[in-house]
Amino acid sequence: MARTDVQLMLEVKAGDEQSFELLLRKYRIPLVNFLYRMVRDTAVAEDLAQEVFLRVYRAREQYAPSAKFTTWMFRIATNLALNSVRDNRHRQMEISMDQSVDTGEDELPGLEVPDRTPSVEQELVARSRSEMIVKAIHRLPEKQRAAVLLHKYQELDYDEIARVLECSESALKSLLFRAYESLRVELAPLVGNRSARA
Amino acid sequence: MSATGNGGKQCAAMEKKFVEYLDGRATPADRHAVEAHLAACASCNLRAEEFRALSSVLDDLPEIAPSVSFDASLRARIAAEPARRGFWEWLPSPRLAFAATALLVMSVWLSSGPRSVPGPSIAKHAVEAVQGSKLSADLEFGMISDLPELENFDVISKFDALSELPGAARPSAVERTKETR
Repeated sequence: MARTDVQLMLEVKAGDEQSFELLLRKYRIPLVNFLYRMVRDTAVAEDLAQEVFLRVYRAREQYAPSAKFTTWMFRIATNLALNSVRDNRHRQMEISMDQSVDTGEDELPGLEVPDRTPSVEQELVARSRSEMIVKAIHRLPEKQRAAVLLHKYQELDYDEIARVLECSESALKSLLFRAYESLRVELAPLVGNRSARA
Repeated sequence: MSATGNGGKQCAAMEKKFVEYLDGRATPADRHAVEAHLAACASCNLRAEEFRALSSVLDDLPEIAPSVSFDASLRARIAAEPARRGFWEWLPSPRLAFAATALLVMSVWLSSGPRSVPGPSIAKHAVEAVQGSKLSADLEFGMISDLPELENFDVISKFDALSELPGAARPSAVERTKETR
């Protein structure tokens, strides 16, 4: 029977390195993707993801399962991401408006291409659509962005997300509504097409 | 969103229930309220459809893969973490540990050691005097006899201070008897 995250973490606490490897394998991709969608820089996202795992590892002896493991892990990740975004924004403000600046934000990298081989045109269209989505998410205020990413892509429960973002469930639901409303407007060309097809 | 009058207020009231409803997590009462509103409000009904379409669009966002060096890099960072040390390992050497322990023990011993006091009988007598207990003649004698011999007791016991003063008349035997009554 598969062990739960809490069981694995308790085993890490007891000194079992293999259990830490299992947690790493399980959450490496979700964490990197969450952080990439928050900061839009793959190098920074990977660095932050490693920092999350490092902090989990450092805290192993004090670990007490008072909340879900994912709540704890994504809380660390969200805080690191928000700090990174704010640090980056501060650096951007110091740069002259006249200069063309490489912000470090990438075009969508390392896509996991499905098995069927798409045509070049299809791939370009897909990339373009993905870019639009990533940019639209990135334009959201940080807390709305984190709320949408945790709700939509990590499928955390409302109470978990509220704990991560340190707000009430009621405030979280308002946050999500406003975020999806903004995305609905930003992605209107894509949403309209999808809506018409339905 | 219709923003006029009561319709606007009802639309605003639906906001918090909207996401839960679309997630399929609304309570039966909330689900009923939202469905009743959607049936009556065209703009909110359109919004609900577009929210569903948006969810499908967001599903199109592909995942990125961590770099091939991610795991190795993380393991290197973990390996670079300082090793956990026990309490005694914080001391640089066993000799220093022994010295520190000895110093601690001595400090405790010195701070709780007895003060220097006169002979035990004097101390006992002094305590009894402080407590105001009635001293017996023997006890009084004991107090005096234990004092350091600055004076010769044998001399003192026979000493009549008045008789030693120059020019002082020695009282007669009758007068001395009266004094002792």
